[in-house]
Amino acid sequence: VLHTSRPLHTTQQCLAPLPPLPEKGGEVRYGLIPEEFFQFLYPKTGVTGPYMLGTGLVLYLLSKEIYVINHETVAAACILSVIIYGVKKYGSDVAAFADKLNEEKVAKALAVKNEAIKDLETAIEQEKKEQWRVEGRNYLFDAKRNNIAMLLETNYRERLLTVYNEVKKRLDYQVAMQNLKRQKEQDHMIHWVEKNVVQSITPQQQKESIAKCILDLKALSKSAQAAV
Amino acid sequence: GPLAERRLMDVRLGELPTWLATCDLSPQGLLGGVRKAWSSYYDKYINVKRGGPAGISMLLAGYCLLSYVWNYQHISKISFLVSV
Repeated sequence: VLHTSRPLHTTQQCLAPLPPLPEKGGEVRYGLIPEEFFQFLYPKTGVTGPYMLGTGLVLYLLSKEIYVINHETVAAACILSVIIYGVKKYGSDVAAFADKLNEEKVAKALAVKNEAIKDLETAIEQEKKEQWRVEGRNYLFDAKRNNIAMLLETNYRERLLTVYNEVKKRLDYQVAMQNLKRQKEQDHMIHWVEKNVVQSITPQQQKESIAKCILDLKALSKSAQAAV
Repeated sequence: GPLAERRLMDVRLGELPTWLATCDLSPQGLLGGVRKAWSSYYDKYINVKRGGPAGISMLLAGYCLLSYVWNYQHISKISFLVSV
């Protein structure tokens, strides 16, 4: 159930990026008592105040048997000594190991972040390049227009050629027809004239013409002999 | 600031009863108070980059103290002291 009356995201506090963790925890003395306690008592009792308070408290508890010394006291003392010895001896090593683990985690996250940044930067560069390419689209369209114009021109010329060829064929046909007709007429006429001429040559005319030819030939031969 | 919004350490001794009256003592209120106390302790001593033994040692010491206080009646009985 979503309370629609509750406003969302009204505070300034935003969750990302998170503020970094503090380097060191609050100061604690002897691992048990926070430093604030000592600071709290310092103005009134100076430096030794809290220690006096502690000693007095311990003696009071022991003497009044509010803290009863029993077998558990011995056990606690042994355990505490062992723990303190362990912490003192191996504390720094464990701390270094934990720090190393943390370092690796942080380094991995940082590597991922750097990778992401690099990828985004290359993406930005490629995007810019694409934008630059887009500016050249005018040339693309000019080339296309040129292509189309060339196609149209070619087509037009082809059709022109076809028309020319067709017309020439028809005209050649007409010319051939006329030539054929004239030749036929000529041949026919020549044939007819020759036939008529041959027919019209009577025997008499033939003899006269032959005699004339002989006389001419004689005359010619005489003049030829004289020339030679 | 006003009395109800101040933290415990900023309240003067004379104003303590009135301050106690203003705070929320219902179960949710107490639970919220416990949660706030734990989160402030956690953020101060445990959730840091380079903590030390202080964080858990204080918790363990508190646990020891509390268990001693709860078992005081039984521990102080003479039968218990004699038996071990």
